[in-house]
Amino acid sequence: MKISLTVNGAPVTREVEARQNLVDFLREGLQLTGSHVGCEHGVCGACTVRVDGGLVRGCLMLAVQADGCRVETIEGMAEAGALAALQRAFRMENALQCGFCTSGMLLTAHALLEREPHPEPATVREALGANYCRCTGYHAIVQAVLHAAERRPGAVTPAPADGGYIGRTVVRPQTARLVAGRGTYTDDVALPRMAHAAFVRSPHAHARIVAIDTAEAAALPGVLAVVTGREMVAHCEPWVGVLKSYASMKSAPQYPLAVDKAVWQGEPVVAVVAESRALAEDGCARVRVTWEPLPPVVDAEAALAPGATVIHPELGDNLVLESRVKSGDVDVAFRDADAVYRDTFDTGRHTVVSLEARVVLADYDRADETLTVYHSGQAPYMLHDILSRHLRIPEHRVRVINKDVGGSFGLKIHTYPDEIATCALAIMLGRPVKFLADRIESFQTDIHSRDHRVTAEIAVKRDGTIVGMRLDDLAPVGAFSMYPRSSVVETGQILRTTPGPYRFRDYEARGRVVFQNKTPMSQYRAVGHPVAALVMEAMVDRVAHELKLDPVEVRRRNLLTAEMYPYTAPTGLFFEKLSHEESLDAVLELANYRALCAERDRLRTRGVYRGLGLCVFLDLTVPGAQTYGTGGARISSQDGTTIRLEPSGKLTVLSSITEQGQGTDTILAQVAATTVGVAMEDVRVVTGDTLVTPYGGGTWGSRGAGIGGEATLQTGKALKENILKVAAVVLEVDALALDIRHGQIVDARTGEPRMPLGELGRIAYFRPDTLPKDFQSELTVTRHYVPRHQPLAYTNGVQLSYVEVDVDTGVIKLLGHWVAEDCGRIINPMLVDEQVRGGVAHGLGDALWEHCIYDDQGQLLTTTMMDYLVPMAAELPDIWVAHVETPTAYSEGGFKGAGEGGVAGAPGAVLNAVNDALSPLGARITRVPMTPEVVLRALGKL
Amino acid sequence: MKPAPFDYHRPASLAETFDLLDRYGDDGRILAGGQSLVPALNMRLATPRAVIDINRLPGLDAIRLTPEALVIGALARHETVERSPLVREHAPLLALAMPHVGHAAIRTRGTFGGSLALADPAAELPACAVALEATIRVEGRRGRRDVAAAEFFRGIYTTALEPGELVIDVMIPRARPGWRCAFQELARRHGDFALVGLAACGRVDAGALADSRLVFFGVGAGPVRARGAEAALKGRRPDANALAGAARALAADLDPPGDVHGSPALRRHLAGVLLGRVVTALVADRA
Repeated sequence: MKISLTVNGAPVTREVEARQNLVDFLREGLQLTGSHVGCEHGVCGACTVRVDGGLVRGCLMLAVQADGCRVETIEGMAEAGALAALQRAFRMENALQCGFCTSGMLLTAHALLEREPHPEPATVREALGANYCRCTGYHAIVQAVLHAAERRPGAVTPAPADGGYIGRTVVRPQTARLVAGRGTYTDDVALPRMAHAAFVRSPHAHARIVAIDTAEAAALPGVLAVVTGREMVAHCEPWVGVLKSYASMKSAPQYPLAVDKAVWQGEPVVAVVAESRALAEDGCARVRVTWEPLPPVVDAEAALAPGATVIHPELGDNLVLESRVKSGDVDVAFRDADAVYRDTFDTGRHTVVSLEARVVLADYDRADETLTVYHSGQAPYMLHDILSRHLRIPEHRVRVINKDVGGSFGLKIHTYPDEIATCALAIMLGRPVKFLADRIESFQTDIHSRDHRVTAEIAVKRDGTIVGMRLDDLAPVGAFSMYPRSSVVETGQILRTTPGPYRFRDYEARGRVVFQNKTPMSQYRAVGHPVAALVMEAMVDRVAHELKLDPVEVRRRNLLTAEMYPYTAPTGLFFEKLSHEESLDAVLELANYRALCAERDRLRTRGVYRGLGLCVFLDLTVPGAQTYGTGGARISSQDGTTIRLEPSGKLTVLSSITEQGQGTDTILAQVAATTVGVAMEDVRVVTGDTLVTPYGGGTWGSRGAGIGGEATLQTGKALKENILKVAAVVLEVDALALDIRHGQIVDARTGEPRMPLGELGRIAYFRPDTLPKDFQSELTVTRHYVPRHQPLAYTNGVQLSYVEVDVDTGVIKLLGHWVAEDCGRIINPMLVDEQVRGGVAHGLGDALWEHCIYDDQGQLLTTTMMDYLVPMAAELPDIWVAHVETPTAYSEGGFKGAGEGGVAGAPGAVLNAVNDALSPLGARITRVPMTPEVVLRALGKL
Repeated sequence: MKPAPFDYHRPASLAETFDLLDRYGDDGRILAGGQSLVPALNMRLATPRAVIDINRLPGLDAIRLTPEALVIGALARHETVERSPLVREHAPLLALAMPHVGHAAIRTRGTFGGSLALADPAAELPACAVALEATIRVEGRRGRRDVAAAEFFRGIYTTALEPGELVIDVMIPRARPGWRCAFQELARRHGDFALVGLAACGRVDAGALADSRLVFFGVGAGPVRARGAEAALKGRRPDANALAGAARALAADLDPPGDVHGSPALRRHLAGVLLGRVVTALVADRA
């Protein structure tokens, strides 16, 4: 059907298919890729555009309905200047990380300010409550809108570069693109002759494939190929998600498409490649699979019971791994204790819900025998290695490119069968093939995490001194252990970090990791830590409550203290130096804790149930040299930076660390600019391309600053030395007498300018004939860094949550959230704040809303954003952050990681706050999410 | 997640619409605001042969006042209803309910008639229509007929609409002196479908509830009029005793479903809480 409309002021006439929705038309038909697709069912708001002046979800309107309408998108509004104040405020407040939600946020905020030029904070939260952001926790977005509405001044004034940029808030250069709708995410990339893949997935949790009939699908016009698992076997080596460092660990071979049987609902079974995604889905609807359902193994206890159905019969049973940790003599400690308390905690099952779903575009050039893969990911070299080995392409003929990544949080560091299948299909067809997981597929097939049942027993003295602890963790992790990082790390972290902040040394723990017919679980932001902190801190609060002690005092009595470092914990963890006491003081001061206690107590007398909850947390950052490689997983623990001095004196920085919105580009530029001695504006950072960047691990495990930052610092120093060697030759002085400041070679003593870097570059590159015959300039330098002195740089902090519980409805209102965190030496305080806030929001989601719910047949019930509830702006509190800085002495920069601590402490803080609120009523909760149902059952009202 | 193919028609008149409905029968789906239909198309939960877009039918989006009633055209957008001074004056219950209907960007497109015709059991507007004793005017090839809201909603996504019929207008009797309204809902998050909601109209006389219509949503196959609770409250001041009695009566009025957001027991409990809160607000006139 032909439609005519105006888009951003220009008349457009196009032929469109009736079924195409407006946002797809804008993106594919008009290449206006600034509006994004996040859910396709009207919940996330990423596709928000204006139609005839009104805000509209672009996925909930057909393109044909826009015939005759006036459509405006982020591109047009940004170019017209309509969003200038908001765009500026968003950048200043860092109210965007990955940028995927930003166009929708800006348009929604713009509509609000048109209607209400000076809104109250609550009004802003309610209006933005229509748009999902996984990165920020909304605090900065709300502040930015208030700032743009001139309700408050901007928080940030960029500092001039006098003494360097490390430790300074610097506005991220790359956000200029993102607020203009000019980001380029993988789905925005279109290649000539590009085809689209879609997958027939298992409707059963456990079933044998009896027959597959692909004839009708293959005959459909526009369908290019229909491929079954059996047909793909020849094109791809299967993988097994075990780490050799665990001798008894087991998992089964996994194929890109299920062969003979499917073991979770959503497992890909048949691939259909067609000229468009819609046609590929039409093909999927015509594939007939005959199934023989098998008994599903759903519950973890049942999976281990004698006689249970064994999901992978060749493995003998459903146990992935049983591990134990033991220190001291816990039996004696329990015998000698004054009291012992025991609780069992259930921590739900969560998933990542990055706003940009998993997406891959693979292009195999048969003439050149090269595979180029555009991938929304975090660890391009890891994928590069996997594609090379499993698709049998020589390593130097693979290239993995990460364009802008719309959030990842650990989601995109795993091997997903549909992504590998897409790459195999590109090779089989000799055409570029794209696959973008839709939202239902995301819920069904993205890794899940944190489904643990932990029983904890704590032994204490009458004064609240903890003397020992026992822990038993049961973790069902789905049908396979994920590859190549496995699915046992969460449980390992829970066993080892739960007692971590405290002094007691008698400890015993068991963890059992179990197969079940559900979506595989694996590492997601703050691996195991939210569970560990929730269990430990809930037990500490229980001790305080039972012994009628102050929860702050019980912590002070038991926390590791400043003089104890360096410290090796009973579970083997090594702490170079932590700051529990300072962080506790900092959070109490930040929140004005005693005043909040008084307010809580006063309101309690009026039947208002408010509570305060503390949570001390550890964060595992900067994983060291032994990480993954010792388990046989080919994931680099080392990273590298190349810095090239351009002839004009500018710097190009190429790093193996990657960017998903955290601002790694920015902090690397800060470090490079500072160490070389140039302005930030003169630095460009390139990441996410295995053809051009040094080899390295990428961004995960909060390693960007600690490893990539240090590599960049060392590279910058080496380049500076090389630059000064050239300068010394040109100026005929000793290199030691020179320095680089503000892009100039200067006299080191007086600061007097001697030569701009551009002049040095001109001479080095274009007039080497003027330099001595035995002198060779080296103005491109690469250095690598891997932490060797400790297995992990543990960091720490304390969170405080303030809540009000409606004891009639069970609804919990989050009133405020405070965090004191210590990530070592800070490179960019604003970006650390935003990492913390974004992490806290993930944890708040865990605490109150997020839950992957299955029925007893292993059918996932929460497959839309109306069922799986992510935290939205209207429900989240302001999140306030204070910093304690304890640099690591093991690296020159002193940087540690900041990406995960926010998540680690939030669920435990909220659980403790809710239990504090409920304590006068004698109720206590030991599970998350704390839904109204959970609260009311605890209160005995249901 | 792309829709299955369908024919698209944009009729310019009711006659043309009826022709299309005849032609496609059950395989044709009416597209009004599209805020429920389009996601169902996207997810291939709905795979009609034809989509009949009635958005350009003339004259169906007006909000007007007659001597007897406030008349809201089926194609009036939620946003228009929300901001209409006529609605605020003559059907304030709708003005209270509208901010709970999705989010602003949903209300830009969603239509009043569409929400009633869809009859989602968790939706706000069907309950309001029942509480307001609205009359729904429907039209098919054989002519127009008026259906009382209480008769219109027949079950989950099921209404009194016959094949080939459309909702044309909704007529809401003008607010009568002494009558007040109140509206509350409990949802997991702002803008979500309600776990339980209550649209209430009542006549208050000397601090007592002389008469009331209490219509719950999210707790049954459609809007549920709580006649037992109404009877228990008739002529009573909303004190603790009266409310407890009403809550007991309410237990027999409701048979709520369970889903991932809450069990039947939760919905039953919350309905009781909401009953107390809404009736108290209604009588105190601080809705």
